[in-house]
Amino acid sequence: MADDIILEARNLVREYRTKEGIFGKEHVNRALKGISFSLERGKTLAVVGESGCGKSTLARILTLIDPATSGELLIEGNPIDISKEKLSKDMRSKVQIVFQNPYGSLNPRQRVGDVLTEPLMINTTMSPAERRDKAMEMLVKVGLGPEHFNRYPHMFSGGQRQRIAIGRALVLNPSLLILDEPVSALDLSVQAQILNLLADLQDEFNLTYLFISHDLSVVRYIADKVMVMYFGEVVEYGTRDEVFGNPQHEYTQTLFNATPQADIAHIKARLAASN
Amino acid sequence: MALLEIENLTVEFDTVDGRFRALDGVSYSVDPGEVLAVVGESGSGKSVAMLAVMGLLANNGHLWADKLEFEGYDLLTMSAKKRREIIGKDISMIFQEPIASLNPCFTVGAQIDETLKEHTKMSRGERKTRAIELLDSVGMPESAKALKKYPHQMSGGQCQRVMIAMAIACKPKLLIADEPTTALDVTIQKQILDLLLDLQHESGMGLIMITHDMAVVAETADRVVVQYKGKKMEEADVLSLFESPKNPYTKALLSALPENATGDRLPTVSDFHLGDEGAA
Repeated sequence: MADDIILEARNLVREYRTKEGIFGKEHVNRALKGISFSLERGKTLAVVGESGCGKSTLARILTLIDPATSGELLIEGNPIDISKEKLSKDMRSKVQIVFQNPYGSLNPRQRVGDVLTEPLMINTTMSPAERRDKAMEMLVKVGLGPEHFNRYPHMFSGGQRQRIAIGRALVLNPSLLILDEPVSALDLSVQAQILNLLADLQDEFNLTYLFISHDLSVVRYIADKVMVMYFGEVVEYGTRDEVFGNPQHEYTQTLFNATPQADIAHIKARLAASN
Repeated sequence: MALLEIENLTVEFDTVDGRFRALDGVSYSVDPGEVLAVVGESGSGKSVAMLAVMGLLANNGHLWADKLEFEGYDLLTMSAKKRREIIGKDISMIFQEPIASLNPCFTVGAQIDETLKEHTKMSRGERKTRAIELLDSVGMPESAKALKKYPHQMSGGQCQRVMIAMAIACKPKLLIADEPTTALDVTIQKQILDLLLDLQHESGMGLIMITHDMAVVAETADRVVVQYKGKKMEEADVLSLFESPKNPYTKALLSALPENATGDRLPTVSDFHLGDEGAA
């Protein structure tokens, strides 16, 4: 069904132009070389790749922070080009992002309550009391409590901060959430908690996730579809079982082989090889 | 004889809220030619023990131990001068953030040279030859050119190679790697881990891998120490640890691995109700 597609990218290209010195020759860096994909409502698409492959550039374009150099972006069927027209507040609320580092993405001088109410103040016409209620509700939803409302980010652990960042992203009721390496800065057990929270929220709000990660074990756990990027190009795109079961591209295979494995058969093989 | 022996090591820090005990009576040892992984989450005290060994604890840190010995030398009573002779030569350490742990103001060559100048009697020419040799051994492309580069001109993986080159410059007997690959991409991580294990294999040095990543442990270690909240939970050889973990915390850690997920939810450490009985 066509209206189930929440996000569609057609041949997205993004170039960064840099110059060496004032009179230097212009250098064009093609960070994205024509990316196409579509994303169904309520599903999770994982984007995998190494640093420099264009994952975060893609995230910036999808969150409508940067325009694409060329190509088309459709959100809920509406074409959007932020380089031509100003974005409506309604549109701005549709896509939200959670960043990798919860220590860097929260303002240390802003109370948690303000972190959560600021998006509402800018994008909605809610009264202060409504904003406060909504923020309180969101704190509970992400597993914190109303008593945390007046605290500062430094009083929280990494996992709690990531919960705050998720709360901030969800407070505008977005339909699409871009998660840019949301758990890679967290400990294993906290990572498990955040992944569980994301799964619960997805069920509750029928959210669509675009999950950027380099950790294949996390991707395998959370994704419905997987897209592997390499130097600005999509080299593999398919359902989780297709990509993990039968990787086609050489780079995907390299990636799988490089991923450390914790299963017992693997340890036995390694110990046998070294003796 | 064990290379490094730690017995009942306790470390406390003075904080505004009073003394904080970061490490509580931890004991383990490393033999020459052995890869020991120390695994735990942030705050488990896994790095603190190594900083105590290196004498790098901050001024508000206090430590005591029944035994803290490197090759029979007592690190607790050792003079600062003697410690400087050992640190950087016989024991060396590499850190998590390769770009942050190199000095941005000096070239790579100058920084490798500093180690050699401090600990050897080589002439300037010999040191340069050795520096190139070291960069070659860590797989740095165009090693002679790389000497003249600054850290910002290199990638994270290359910076970590430089850090390793500095660490092995004086053929250490013990190398401590504190989360050496956490900041790196998976494919680069594999290269760096392979490199560390190759170097360890060739030279027969002891290697302590501090990590939070169970998969890295599975790929590298001979023996594993699991820490939680400053206490040692379990010590076992790598196969028995993964096959039959004894301690509830180790079980919790292993089941929190996404690849071990059964059903929809990942078990978290709090699901295991770790009380004081979790402490070994």
